[in-house]
Amino acid sequence: MAGDYPERPWATFPPHVISEIHRAADQGLYYIRGAGARRALPTFDDLVFLGASVSRYPLEGYRERCDTNVTIGARHASRPVELKIPITIAGMSFGALSANAKRALGLGASAMGTSTTTGDGGMTMEEREASETLVYQVLPSRYGMDPDHLRIADAIEVVVGQGAKPGGGGMLLGQKVTERVADMRTLPAGIDQRSACRHPDWTGPDDLAIKILELREITNWEKPVYVKVGATRTQYDVALAVKAGADAVVVDGMQGGTAATQEVFIEDVGIPTLPAVRLAVEALKELGVHRQVQLIVSGGIRTGSDVAKALALGADAVSIGMAALMALNCNAPLYLEDYEALGTRPGACNMCQTGRCPVGVTTQDPLLEARLDPEEAGRRVRNYLSTLTMECQTLARACGKSHVHNLEPEDLAALTVEAAAMAQVPLAGTNWIPGRS
Amino acid sequence: MTVETIDLDAAGVRALNRRLQGREGPVAGRHFIVTNAKGRHALAAGLTERVNVRIRGHVGYYCAGMNRLADVTVEGNAGTGVAENLMSGAVRVTGDASQSAGASGRGGLLVVEGSASARCGITMKGIDIVVGGSIGHMSAFMAQAGRLVVCGDAGAYLGDSIYEAEIFVRGRVESLGADCVEKELSAEDASGLEALLAEAGMDGDAARFRRYGSARQLYNFRIDNAAAY
Repeated sequence: MAGDYPERPWATFPPHVISEIHRAADQGLYYIRGAGARRALPTFDDLVFLGASVSRYPLEGYRERCDTNVTIGARHASRPVELKIPITIAGMSFGALSANAKRALGLGASAMGTSTTTGDGGMTMEEREASETLVYQVLPSRYGMDPDHLRIADAIEVVVGQGAKPGGGGMLLGQKVTERVADMRTLPAGIDQRSACRHPDWTGPDDLAIKILELREITNWEKPVYVKVGATRTQYDVALAVKAGADAVVVDGMQGGTAATQEVFIEDVGIPTLPAVRLAVEALKELGVHRQVQLIVSGGIRTGSDVAKALALGADAVSIGMAALMALNCNAPLYLEDYEALGTRPGACNMCQTGRCPVGVTTQDPLLEARLDPEEAGRRVRNYLSTLTMECQTLARACGKSHVHNLEPEDLAALTVEAAAMAQVPLAGTNWIPGRS
Repeated sequence: MTVETIDLDAAGVRALNRRLQGREGPVAGRHFIVTNAKGRHALAAGLTERVNVRIRGHVGYYCAGMNRLADVTVEGNAGTGVAENLMSGAVRVTGDASQSAGASGRGGLLVVEGSASARCGITMKGIDIVVGGSIGHMSAFMAQAGRLVVCGDAGAYLGDSIYEAEIFVRGRVESLGADCVEKELSAEDASGLEALLAEAGMDGDAARFRRYGSARQLYNFRIDNAAAY
């Protein structure tokens, strides 16, 4: 009888599921949104460091060096990329992002001695000028693909997939396809632009090897070639990328963001970053190329602790996307009425696909974009990267490491059985690693 | 006219491309003959100068990929992705071409005197492609700009999800892909086609071609078109 009986939460049909059924019934089309997975997943939060004590001794926090530099691409490239910190900015397109946002990311990354990355739609000169080290993506769509841009880039990233949508193509809804964006992509303005899910001229690892050969021939074997994959069958994909000749492999876990794609992709395809990094490292070790082919891990990296844990599991560097946008003010409590107009609020917004970003990050609207001052936003990115780096160093010193790459799985313990199984580190307080004993 | 001959058996691909790319000295206006191609990949790729290159024999993948200005002739057959992402200049294949010929090309002219396999002109972005024979399935998939001219027949799903590229076929079209429709061949279209055929060195009465392009019904997501995406 209503009112006399406590309401039981409906596990099968929680409010957001009911709401989605109603929306689907109204619109007849899948829900498209930006950002990354929202579901709860095992993450780096489920790991802790075992700081030094009697059995290990730490390094003095402000007196003893803890280096952070990383070299990427020395396997085949004559000019490998030298970064001062192991934290890079992930590929995000001009189109999805405003020109001011791209410039700010370049300025912030350059101030910290690290790289940023182009995205679907090609390279803008603002981005090139702002970025001391710029990675140029070769994507399935080939929008804006230009050999001159290959030659002026510092590294090349062949994008096979991304964590938010492994196996899926991209989309940029018409409201963001302005004249400039359309011109760069050779498309009519205002259309809902689709990006293919496969490259137009190669399929499979044997073809990829020849594609990489061609890219090296065009760029005189100078540039490191990365291969980026969304995390799924990570052990096989990393091994095949290495076989194809990659200098570095980028593995993007399912927490990685996107400018716009079907929600069912974002939430239900791929594996979390936590097991992906361990699987990738296993593949590299199996082939005897760990630390020779660099591993860059992305997808839900937010703190220096996340960075340190990824490195401890064997990554050479990490890449950040969503977090870097947040440093630009994504989801900041500003222009509240504009969030409200989008039906959302600061801290919960993932309306990148609308092009109505209240803080000028994921928009092509000149008035909204003007809200983002690239110089000031670039300083915020620099500050954020600096904070991540110092946090990472703090943890490394606490474990007695004079370089962040000296962190190792032995420095970690897991707080949950799931994390112990995925990361293959012992459950805290035990010697138990699920699957090993 | 001075012609420089490069024997690939002796020089190798790296030395060939360095020479043709002008990394070993000026090349603009020069003529080269490349022998012993033997199906090697990425030959004459990434050129940036007005050079004339004749490659004797069959070539592998991505021959003349991403070139600007150069004029490259393959005296034989070409593997996957010949002239991919061509920016300008010309590429001619005297034999047949494998799949993805001219893929994502942004300018210039690709002529295949024989036939081209599947996905010819896939995601083309401004290149003109003229094929003397027939083309395989899924050709001009997501083709954005430029012209694909086929003197023979076209395989299934021609022009699927096409944007603003134009397709001209003289023979039979097995089937059209989503959003690709036949369009009227105007006098202006015929005149432009005539000129392109002449530039490609192909005989052909433009009036015998049929013209295809986008119906522009899939440019924006609509529920009623969901089955076509």
